[in-house]
Amino acid sequence: MKSLIFQTASKYLLPLLLLFSVFILLRGHYLPGGGFVGGLMAAIAFILHSFAFGLKETRSIVRLNPRYLMPIGLALSIMAAVSPWLVNLPVMTGLWYDEPIKLIGMVGSALVFDIGVYLVVIGSTLTIMFSITDTI
Amino acid sequence: MIFAVISGFLSAALLPLFSKINKNLVPKVYPFVPLGIFVYLLYLMPSVLQEGSLMWNYPWVPSFGVDLVFRLDGLSLLFGLLITGIGTLVFFYTSYYLKGDEYLDRFYGYLSMFMAAMLGLVFSDNLICLFVFWELTSISSFFLIGYKNNDPSSRKSALTALGITGFGGLVLLAGLIWMGFVSGTFSFTELITTPEVFREHSSYIWIVVMVFVGAFTKSAQFPFHFWLPGAMKAPTPVSTYLHSATMVKAGIYLLARFTPILGGTAIWQETLIIVGGITMLFAAVHSLFRTDLKSILAYSTISALGILVFLLGVGTQDALLGAGLFILTHALYKATLFLITGIIDHETGTREVTRLAGLQKVMKPVAFAGYLAALSSAGVPMFLGFISKEIMYEGVFHSSSLAWVLTAALVITKVILFVAGFWVGVKPFSGNLPAEYQKVHLPNPLLWVPPCILAVLCLLFGVLPAVLDGFVQAVFISLVPEAPEIHLAIWHGFNWILGMSLVTLALGFGLYLFFKPSTNLILKTQTFDNLSPINIAESGGRIFKAFAWKWTGFFQNGYLRNYVITILLFLTVLAGYRLYDGVDIHLDWNQISQITPSEFLVVVLMVASIFFALITKTRTGVIVALGIVGLANCLFFLYYSAPDLAMTQFSIDTLTVLLFMLVLVQLPRNRSFSSRKVRLRDGFLSLMFGSLIAILALEVFEAPSYTEVSDYYAENAYILAKGKNVVNVILVDFRGIDTMVETVVLVIAAIGVFSLLNLNLNPFKKN
Repeated sequence: MKSLIFQTASKYLLPLLLLFSVFILLRGHYLPGGGFVGGLMAAIAFILHSFAFGLKETRSIVRLNPRYLMPIGLALSIMAAVSPWLVNLPVMTGLWYDEPIKLIGMVGSALVFDIGVYLVVIGSTLTIMFSITDTI
Repeated sequence: MIFAVISGFLSAALLPLFSKINKNLVPKVYPFVPLGIFVYLLYLMPSVLQEGSLMWNYPWVPSFGVDLVFRLDGLSLLFGLLITGIGTLVFFYTSYYLKGDEYLDRFYGYLSMFMAAMLGLVFSDNLICLFVFWELTSISSFFLIGYKNNDPSSRKSALTALGITGFGGLVLLAGLIWMGFVSGTFSFTELITTPEVFREHSSYIWIVVMVFVGAFTKSAQFPFHFWLPGAMKAPTPVSTYLHSATMVKAGIYLLARFTPILGGTAIWQETLIIVGGITMLFAAVHSLFRTDLKSILAYSTISALGILVFLLGVGTQDALLGAGLFILTHALYKATLFLITGIIDHETGTREVTRLAGLQKVMKPVAFAGYLAALSSAGVPMFLGFISKEIMYEGVFHSSSLAWVLTAALVITKVILFVAGFWVGVKPFSGNLPAEYQKVHLPNPLLWVPPCILAVLCLLFGVLPAVLDGFVQAVFISLVPEAPEIHLAIWHGFNWILGMSLVTLALGFGLYLFFKPSTNLILKTQTFDNLSPINIAESGGRIFKAFAWKWTGFFQNGYLRNYVITILLFLTVLAGYRLYDGVDIHLDWNQISQITPSEFLVVVLMVASIFFALITKTRTGVIVALGIVGLANCLFFLYYSAPDLAMTQFSIDTLTVLLFMLVLVQLPRNRSFSSRKVRLRDGFLSLMFGSLIAILALEVFEAPSYTEVSDYYAENAYILAKGKNVVNVILVDFRGIDTMVETVVLVIAAIGVFSLLNLNLNPFKKN
C-alpha cells in the first residue's frame, strides 16, 4: 500500500502509538488499561507501519527480532511471580515500594508482571503477523 | 527396593548420554545392572524365607488408592531371581551375539527397560501398578521383536504381538478396576484377606473372564497363542529372555496370584484345565511339525505354558507345587536350549534341524549344555525336570474323578516335549558332522558359558534337590497359604507315578528314534490355515484398519469450513436437545432494561453491515463489514461500563481486520463466493447456532447470580493489591497465575504459527 498520506501518517503514528501503549500499560493499575491492551496497541503500531512501508523497513526499525520478546517477557512475569519467595512470602504476593516514583507512580511486582505480559503480547502478535507476511 | 526396580529404567534413560561418550562401553557395563539386582535379591532371600514376605511402600497417587507398594514373597522372589539371573546371562551373551551391530546400545536400552518393567510387575502389590508394568513389558517386547526394523515380517510380528497382548492388557485393566470397585481396594495384601467378596458377587463371572483374557493373551494360550511363534523373529537373546523365561510367564504369575482370591470355583478351575489342556496338547503336536529350531522351541514353550495353566486349573496342592517348581525348571532348560540355538545359528548360519548333525565334534561345551538341557526337559532321573515332573504327575493323578484322562493328557504332552527337547538339544550335536560344517569352531566364551551355567544348574538341583527346599517352600506358601512342609527328593519309591515317568521316558525315546523331523509335514498343516486364529485375527485387523481409514477420512477431511460446520452442528444439536428436553425457557421482560436510541442505532449499524457482508462481491468489503460489527460490539461494552473490555475488544478487532487484510487480499478475485445451495445451508446453520447462543445468553439471566466473589475483589483490590482498577488487579494479582499460564499459551500459539509457516513441507518448493 504505497500511499503517501498513509505513509506520512504512520511515520508519525508509530512513536505516538508506542508512547500511548506504554501509557496504557502504566495506568492499568488505577484506570482502564494494562499490559495486555498495551501490548496489542504496540503491536498494531508496528503492523500499521509495516503496511505502509513493507516488512523489511519495519524490521530495520525494530532491529530486535520480536521472537526474543516472548522469552524475555515470560521471564519477567515469572520473576515477578516468584520474587516474593526471596522474602519468605507465598508466590504472587504483591511487593511494593513505599514511595511513589515520579511520572510512573507506585511501583511493585505487579507492574513488572504486567510489563512481562506486555512484552509477551507484542512478541507473539508480531511473530504471528510477521511470519504470515513472510510466507505470502 | 524402588531403586532395584527403577534402575533398569534409569539405565535405559541414561543410555543416549552414555553411548555418546563411548558406545563400545555399553555392552561391557550394562550386564552389571541385572547382576547387581540379582545379588541384592539373593541378599534379601534369607529374610523372605524367614518372614514370608517383605513390603516397601512409596505413596504415588494416594487420592486414587494407587501406591507404589512392592511386596517380595516366595513367588515374586522366584520370578525376580529368574528375571535378573537369566537377564544377567542374556546381557552378557548379547554383548558378543550382536557384537558390532549398529544399534546395539539401543538394544540394551530396550532390554533394561523390559527388565525393570518385569521386576515392577512381579513385585507390585497394587493392581493398578501391576497393570502399568504389565503394559510396559508389552511395549518393550514390541521394540525388541521389531528390533530388525528394516525387515517387514519382523515389524509385522512385533505389531501382532503388541496387538494381542495390548488388547489383553486393556481387558485386564477393566477387570482390575472392576475388582477394585467390588472390594474397595487395589491392594493384593488386602484382597487376599476377603476372597469371598468376589465369589459371591454378581459380576464375578465378568471379572474372571477379563482376568482370563489378560492372562491368556500374555501367556500365549489357545486361541491367542499365535503371536508367540511370530515373536521368534526377534534376536535369539530376546526369545530366550522374554518369550520363554520371563514375560510369557507373566500371565501364569497373574493367574497364580489370583488363584487364592478368585479361584476355587468350578468356572475358574475348569476353564483353566480346558484352556491349558488344549494349549499344551495342541502346541506340543504342532512342535512336531516344525523343522526350524526356534519354531520347535516356540511351540514347546507354548505347550509348557499350557501345562502351567493346566496345573493351576487342577489346583491340588501337589499340582500347584509342581507348577511352582516347573516355572523354575522350564526357565532353566528352555533358556539353555534357546541360547544354544542362538550359538548354532550364529556359527553355522542355519536353524534347520534336518540339516544339523554332529556338531559336538567342533563345539563340545555347547553340546554338553544341550545334552543336559534336553535330559532335564525330558525328565530323566537326577535332573530337576524329573523332580518337577514327578510332583506334577502326583498332583494330577490324585485330583478329581477325571484324573485318568487328565493324567493321560499330561503324559502325552510330556512325551512329545521329550522329543522336541531332544530335537533341539541332542539332534544337532549327535551323529556325523556334515562336510559343510567342518570349519565351524567354538565361539567366544561369552556365548557358551551362559548356557553351560544354566545347564549345570539343571543337573545340580536335580542331584541335590535339598538345596532348593527352603526356597520352594516359600514359593509354595505364596501359592497355597496353608501349605504343608515339603522336602524335595529324587526317590519317591515304587508307585504309579514312577511307572508313568518310566512310560513317558520310554515312549519319548521311542518316538525320537522313529519319528524324524521333516519339512513335508509343515506343508500338510497349511490346508487348515484359513481356520487358524492368526488369520481370523488378521482379517479383524484389516477390517478395523479400513474402518479407521473411513472414519478419519470422513471427519478429518482437510477443509476448514467442514470442520466449522461439524463443530457448530454438533454443538447445536447437543445443546439444542438439552434445551428442548430439560429446560423450560421463559423470559422475564421486566428484568430487561429500556432500549435507548443510541443502542438502537448501534444495532441497526450491526445488522446493516452484516447484510452488506452478505451482498458484497469483494473480500475487502466483507472484512470491513465484519470489522464494523466488532467495533459496534465495543460500543455496547462502553454503554454497559466495561471500558477495559471495550479497549481489548477494540484492539483485537483491529488486529483481526489487519490479519484478514494481510491474507485474504492476496487471494485471486472470485466470481462468486459460494453456490446458492451452500449459502442456504450455511445460512440455516448460522441462524440455528445464533439463536441457540441468544437463548443461552437470555437463560443466563434466569440463573441465580452469586456476587460474593466480585464483591470480595471490589473491596480488596485497593486494600490488598493497591490497585483501583479491579479488572487489572484480578489479572495481575488475584488471578495472576491464570494470566501467566495464558501468556504461556499465547507464546505456544505464536511458536506454533511460526513453525507451521516455516516448516516447508512441500519438497518441490525449496528456498
